[in-house]
Amino acid sequence: MRNRPVRPAGTSRVASVMNAANGLAVTRPRPARRPVVPSAVLAVLVLVAAEAMFFAGLTSAFLVGKAGAGPLLWPPLDQPRLPVATTAVNTLVLLASGVALAIGQRAFARGRARSARRAVTLSLGLGVAFVVVQGSEWVRLVGYGLTMTSSTFGSFFYLLVGAHALHAVGALVALGWLARSLRQGHGSRDVLGAVGAFWYFVVGLWPVLYVLVYVW
Amino acid sequence: MALTVDAEHTVPARRRGAPASHDGHRGAPAAHGGHHGPTSFWSTYVFSTDHKVIGLQYMFTGMVMALIGGFMAYAFRMQLAFPDQPVPGFGLVTPNVYNSLVTNHGAIMIFWVAMPMLIAGFGNFLIPLMIGCDDMVFPRLNRLSYQLFFVSAIVLLASFVVPGGGFGGAWTSYPPLSSSGTFNHTPWGAPLWLAAVAIEFIAFLLGGINFITTAMNARAPGMRMWDIPMVVWMIVIASILFMASAGPLIAGAIMLLLDQVAGTHFFTPAAGGDPLLWQHLFWFFGHPEVYVVLLPAMGIVAEVITVHARKKLFAYKTILYTTAGTAAFSFVVWAHHQFVAGIDPRMANLFTITTLLISIPIGEMLFCYIATLWGGSIEFKTSMLFGVAFLAEFLLGGVTGIFLGASAVDVYLHDTYFVVAHFHYTFVPIAIIAVFAGIYHWYPKMFGRLMDETLGKIHFWGTIIGFNTIFLPLFVTGAAGDHRRIYSYQHFQQLATDGLQSLRVVATVGMLIMLLAQTAFIVNFVRSLVRGAPAAANPWRANTLEWAAPSPPPHGNFAEMPTVYRGPYEYSVPGRTEDYWPQNVPA
Repeated sequence: MRNRPVRPAGTSRVASVMNAANGLAVTRPRPARRPVVPSAVLAVLVLVAAEAMFFAGLTSAFLVGKAGAGPLLWPPLDQPRLPVATTAVNTLVLLASGVALAIGQRAFARGRARSARRAVTLSLGLGVAFVVVQGSEWVRLVGYGLTMTSSTFGSFFYLLVGAHALHAVGALVALGWLARSLRQGHGSRDVLGAVGAFWYFVVGLWPVLYVLVYVW
Repeated sequence: MALTVDAEHTVPARRRGAPASHDGHRGAPAAHGGHHGPTSFWSTYVFSTDHKVIGLQYMFTGMVMALIGGFMAYAFRMQLAFPDQPVPGFGLVTPNVYNSLVTNHGAIMIFWVAMPMLIAGFGNFLIPLMIGCDDMVFPRLNRLSYQLFFVSAIVLLASFVVPGGGFGGAWTSYPPLSSSGTFNHTPWGAPLWLAAVAIEFIAFLLGGINFITTAMNARAPGMRMWDIPMVVWMIVIASILFMASAGPLIAGAIMLLLDQVAGTHFFTPAAGGDPLLWQHLFWFFGHPEVYVVLLPAMGIVAEVITVHARKKLFAYKTILYTTAGTAAFSFVVWAHHQFVAGIDPRMANLFTITTLLISIPIGEMLFCYIATLWGGSIEFKTSMLFGVAFLAEFLLGGVTGIFLGASAVDVYLHDTYFVVAHFHYTFVPIAIIAVFAGIYHWYPKMFGRLMDETLGKIHFWGTIIGFNTIFLPLFVTGAAGDHRRIYSYQHFQQLATDGLQSLRVVATVGMLIMLLAQTAFIVNFVRSLVRGAPAAANPWRANTLEWAAPSPPPHGNFAEMPTVYRGPYEYSVPGRTEDYWPQNVPA
């Protein structure tokens, strides 16, 4: 709005007009600013954007690896199949955890601290259940001979699912910390929003990975 | 209360708010009277959360790394000019040592010099000062960012002394050469190198989160989107660009690290992997990375030339939109690095077109800068010399890039010294010339003293003459077919001609001139710290908010938090007696 070309004083017949306009522009009162998105939430959203690109890198690498291997090697004939049904149920558990946190966030915003606390604890419990079931499935798969180095299929499986699991564990630590501070009565909407943004990312990412790695 | 982040600040009025206590509704500015800084040496200079100290920590680390990277260039350029003779101060450069020197020269100059100086150094120092707040939104995250960066530098330097020596597979680290110790003979150096890069990336991700959040949420009252100084915009856009491009490279780096140490075969074709995959993941990051470092450099130059030409930045919004457009477009040009790697020729055509198109917005930005200079009252302070030199030298880099972007020409020029000369004509203006412009410009603000102009001009001419003497001859040798990955041309008869060798010697002499000129800078920098003339708050009569703070700014930056009334480039406004109009001065 103030990108008029600069002219030497006195050379332009519009100079005085411009000057008056400038005067108007600078004396107009400017409203005090408030953040559109709270800083803590914005920071996590930026992190989530970077994480989304990280997983985009992993999944496109996965697709390239799968396309290069061909159907007979994906998975190789002598390697175990993935537990599609168990993981489908487990996916629902994780989605339920996300829904529980959303309910908790809503309750907190409406001032119902107790139900917010309960919903966050439920979300945490469901999240832990998801990670535990995933872990036990991993143990079984390793027992059947699917390891990180047994085939490219195995490498990609543990890479993608493992990267997601690490994010889930990290987010669960944050959720646990959030549940604790809610119990002690000093949670805030911003913190809830920040932890929530990251957990929704972890929850929302999983169905994509499930379809890519297990089903498709 | 923000997420575990703001606990450094003990002033109760500030506990619940954003760091910037500028707005009235956050607590009265009077709260700043009680804003105490740290007291002991360690908490002031080493473990500080003050954005200025962290910015300077990044800068000093970057300068030390620049000296190390420069010394490496000295060693391998001496080897190229005077092959197989011991290099004074270094010793004999064997083939493995040569590879390691070139690899780490590139990696250091990009990841440990350009990035920390331009984004982290200037970003940390300038953003809170220029948007008128007292610190970053997340000061402790900021400190953690520098600490991780410092660790990454140590890990990188450690990779030189492990068994097998430093990694020598080029800064692009292409597999399968990089993926196995049996190929690259550096079973320890390669994983350490990769780990150093990964740690450094996490450091910059933390820093970038801070920059974006701070610039969006902590601006002084009255500072609207179009009142933000261009350098702040450019650093923020560069941070967004880095955020969006680093992910795929980190993914690739993890896969490569697993290949190196865990026995996977993501990139080994013999075991079902795909080496081209790495190149895509790398260059998907690698090309935006050029703009990640270019944009802050352009921003610094914008500040310098408007102040020293006493003119408004020409077409502020056009430059801003162009920058955002270029940033977005830089994601679809990456495969121009892979024209000879066996990609589909139809895809090569597509990437040729996008690559040639991206030169249009950059050209437009350069024209806007030249239009800013046009008719200005130019005063050639040292910073202005460097600023104008940036425009001229970067133009050469950009124009030669058009040759390389055309796939037909690139097939011939790929891996020759033409490529080396081209990217040094982009990166040296960015990482060296623009950084010097910024240091000479903001030194009075950083340390409260003025630098010596005579020594500055000696430094400038030495740097510029040296730089062009190095790389102009390399365009010629490259066009003549000089392959870039050869440690001694005496083993290749058709390249060992007198004509080519004499040009290599000229380039090495240029390198010596350029290195020698830096002593003028170091002497000037250190001497001015002690004996420089004391600087007033606003020695250049500039408009932006950092000049409203004392020189050097104390902890908390401003005695009275500023309010912004106008844009940052109101120079030579008709009808005013002063030829500048600071952003914080009421009409």
